[in-house]
Amino acid sequence: MTDVVDVLTRAGALLPLLAQGALVTLEIAAMSLVAAILVAFVVGTARLSAISAIRVAALVFLEIFRGTSLVVQLFFFYFILPLHDVRLSAEATAVLAIGLNLGAYGSEIVRSAIKSIGKGQIEAALSLSLPRWITFSRVILPQALMIMLPSFGNLAIEIAKATALVSLITITDLTQTGHNLITATGETSLVWLIILLIYLLINTPLNLFVSWAEKWASRSRQGKSNAV
Amino acid sequence: MPFDVGFALGILPILLKGAVVTVIATFGGFAGALVGGAVVAAANRSRLLVLRLFARGFVYVVRNTPLLVQLYFVFYVLPGFGITIAALAAGILGLSIHYSAFTAEIYRAGIGAVPSGQFEAADALGLNLWQKWVLVVAPQAIRPVLPVLGNYLIGMFKETPILAAITIIELFGAAQDVAGKTYRYNEPYTLVAVIFLLISIPCSLVVRRLDTTRKRA
Repeated sequence: MTDVVDVLTRAGALLPLLAQGALVTLEIAAMSLVAAILVAFVVGTARLSAISAIRVAALVFLEIFRGTSLVVQLFFFYFILPLHDVRLSAEATAVLAIGLNLGAYGSEIVRSAIKSIGKGQIEAALSLSLPRWITFSRVILPQALMIMLPSFGNLAIEIAKATALVSLITITDLTQTGHNLITATGETSLVWLIILLIYLLINTPLNLFVSWAEKWASRSRQGKSNAV
Repeated sequence: MPFDVGFALGILPILLKGAVVTVIATFGGFAGALVGGAVVAAANRSRLLVLRLFARGFVYVVRNTPLLVQLYFVFYVLPGFGITIAALAAGILGLSIHYSAFTAEIYRAGIGAVPSGQFEAADALGLNLWQKWVLVVAPQAIRPVLPVLGNYLIGMFKETPILAAITIIELFGAAQDVAGKTYRYNEPYTLVAVIFLLISIPCSLVVRRLDTTRKRA
């Protein structure tokens, strides 16, 4: 009993600083998610462009950012951009690298979702002589977004996990706070255990979102096929 | 600072030595994940609730926490319990544990795709558990998921730079070493990126090819 109390008091002493680190993790994750979704839409739609140069450029981008790992990209941006007189804070570098890397993965979500919309939808829009832009924004995109939603939830989970790597470029996120606390207190096992739990805490709502979005997407798709 | 080709060629042997460690870690981790995933998948189908809960919990925790933190856990926490292993062994163990959660899910999908008639036929023929699973189910369950496993092998290869964080001098760690000693960042990090691309792009093309020929067959 006293053991449990002892562990809890020790954990309680560590929590305030770890919570601060978790806040930094959440901040970077949120900004990276916005960046990644932006990149995903730009690259994903570019992959489907009618102009072959744009398609090729998007494919090259995708292969480069998927073919090397996020760690390498983080270090590349952190150390090599300043050599070309591009000076970004560590946080901005982190958001840029995570946004580009996971945005590249996300572009496949966008591309496959748009491609999965039936040809009939496009033909119907054409026969109604809707302009191309309206066809895309009012007919294809709303249906594609529904299909994308669960995958973007998973992307958010991947991003939350990927932020742990920013500790390697001097940002005091949750993981780096753990290192600092261990140096200060020597509580190795307890600190890493709490950190694992905090990452679980961050990702559990995202998991719930993914399963909700999956159900919602499949239900509304069924509803549509019943109507037809 | 311009890219110095001479310097780049000079450090190439050091980086390639690191690349050997990368390859060892990748295949070691993948072998561990193939076995670990089978254990988790088996636990998932167990009649014992405790084992099933353990398998679910394991997969959930591993999939929702960063690999980096898992590696720190293996590297820094295990010694506290009297288990001291070399950094590379800890890295391979960490990769194995992490990817077991994913291979377990792949196996589950593969097993789920085997028609139930196959299980029933094996039972009707009086095959024992080993014959049923290894000779009947496994060959049918694994072949369709081979491309997925291949993709995870490539994915694992690309994640090995994280191992540098637990002091393993693999390809990326070697580059960090060079950069730290010479204060030249351009050449080592660019070379690492190029080497990764040179290996991972052909590999993903091979897997894609495998996938399309399988679908056609």
